[in-house]
Amino acid sequence: MEKDWQTLTATARQIRRDIVRMVGAAGSGHPGGSLSAVEIVTALYFKVMRLDPERPDWPERDRFVLSKGHAAPVLYAALAERGFFAVDKLDTLRQLGSPLQGHPDRKALPGVEVSTGSLGHGLAVANGMALAGRLDGRDYRVYVLLGDGELEEGMVWEGAMAAAHYRLDNLTAIVDHNHLQIDGRVEEVMSPEPVADKFRAFGWEVQTIDGHDFGQILDALERTREVKGKPTVIIAETIKGKGVSFMENQAGWHGKAPKPEEVEKALAELA
Amino acid sequence: MTKIATREAYGRALVELGRQNSQVVVLDADLSKSTMTHYFAREFPERFFNMGIAEQSLMATAAGLALSGKIPFASTFAVFAAGRAYDQVRNGIAYPKVNVKIAATHAGLTVGEDGASHQAVEDVTLMRAIPNMTVIVPADGEETRQAVFAAAAQQGPVYLRLGRPAVPVIYNGDYRFQIGRAHTLRQGKDAAVLACGVMVHEALRAAEELAAAGLDVMVVNMSTIKPLDREAVLAAAATGAVVTAEEHTVIGGLGSAVAEVLATTKPVPMAMIGIRDTFGESGKPDELMAKYGLTAADIVAAVKGLKGWVS
Ligand SMILES: Cc1ncc(C[n+]2csc(CCOP(=O)(O)OP(=O)(O)O)c2C)c(N)n1
Ligand SMILES: [Mg+2]
Repeated sequence: MEKDWQTLTATARQIRRDIVRMVGAAGSGHPGGSLSAVEIVTALYFKVMRLDPERPDWPERDRFVLSKGHAAPVLYAALAERGFFAVDKLDTLRQLGSPLQGHPDRKALPGVEVSTGSLGHGLAVANGMALAGRLDGRDYRVYVLLGDGELEEGMVWEGAMAAAHYRLDNLTAIVDHNHLQIDGRVEEVMSPEPVADKFRAFGWEVQTIDGHDFGQILDALERTREVKGKPTVIIAETIKGKGVSFMENQAGWHGKAPKPEEVEKALAELA
Repeated sequence: MTKIATREAYGRALVELGRQNSQVVVLDADLSKSTMTHYFAREFPERFFNMGIAEQSLMATAAGLALSGKIPFASTFAVFAAGRAYDQVRNGIAYPKVNVKIAATHAGLTVGEDGASHQAVEDVTLMRAIPNMTVIVPADGEETRQAVFAAAAQQGPVYLRLGRPAVPVIYNGDYRFQIGRAHTLRQGKDAAVLACGVMVHEALRAAEELAAAGLDVMVVNMSTIKPLDREAVLAAAATGAVVTAEEHTVIGGLGSAVAEVLATTKPVPMAMIGIRDTFGESGKPDELMAKYGLTAADIVAAVKGLKGWVS
């Protein structure tokens, strides 16, 4: 499905609306880090990735790993809007028996590639998928989305080392660099900076972009296909809570659901 | 009914302890507002270390602080304390018998909506299996407070299992918690329920219901899972029927610990209330407790079953 720019922007807005509504309905969940990743996830699911919603286990599909699993709402919204399941299912988020678990569960929901929620795992799992693709002679690509606080997990760097060691040029990591984690600003809680230099030193190709600008996102994702012999990381500068004025840049909206009147206010802003 | 979360009681107790003992330091892994160590951080910023989202570093750093004379309390969610950092706990803390106190919050199904990835249902098993480790699962706020002080006073590693939601108050200040000592909350001669954590309150409710039905049931709070109070277990067994109750898998937790004692000394008919070899899922805490068979009604049915009552 090829979508142009205008359409991508409209889709992103719809996904933001879905996120606000579903987290509001659930009464718990993680709006901040879902909203910061909307353009990245929209670009991947609506423009870049080779997918077939009818065949979520199609061997040739591109893979997306949501390593920052608490941002499940953005993944669920993208999957629903892309046709993996009915959009009205989004309202069941976090309810007993729903396939939309608080953190993505691959057993429960087709389209979810990896069960995440414990931070730090995703990159290494993506490495495994990239290695298997190479072994099987398949040309699918693997995309993995990491949080900037998540970069504090040592395991991320073990994975970074392995991806470069095995020259995984079929793998692209994206860092949602929204500068916030739960306890405050990433730089103040436990700084992973300088992130770009670290990845470069680990042997990665590094691009830094505005993570809310579709032009830059699409360019960066296009360029990563041309890099040979090493993995690429896209450091996407983003705003946590992007699109909802009272959530933007507020650590407090990491894991808190908007109340009904806040949902209304947010939806009005996203009209 | 007054309620307080054990993690809330933990956070407050740390401040109290910190005022009395300047050797106490606290570490967290980007969850200080959830584990409630932020109270301590606010009052003693120089003795608080946020290690970021890095639980292995959290535990190993705590070990280093303890090896240098400090009394560290290291906190994160139970699933990451016992799981992610298992090797750091085993090889870095328990094997060298380092004086680290692990306070693991958000244990069990009562985590609720976050779902299985965040619900530690096997942490007691993991921690209990490690030599040198003391494992405590307090039943309420007051017991948590006292367990924090008892843990600090005892030399060596301690795993304190705490919960997310507010739970009913069982004890007042007259209670005296002791590591390794169970507390009999209710005498009874027909059967005994040995419970820990949130299940203690459920056991008390069950006992009332059973009393109304004509069964006189003992209720024992087995807050120290290790070292287990064998005397209390044997006293309970004297009733001839033992039910264990825990918000945890039945594989290797309180039920297993009690069974290990009874099977090798004085076997009596037993039933175990707990999670049956499965992960949890998203849902409201109460819904999950009901779905996974962790309510007073389940305890009532188990006791009646052991007594041969058909319900
Ligand atoms: C191993 C692990 N430790 C702790 C947590 C709890 N946790 C969930 S989200 C989060 C903060 C994540 O910050 P970041 O990676 O920056 O995500 P974002 O800002 O994109 O939401 C933490 C500590 C977890 N899910 N997994
Ligand atoms: Mg962040």
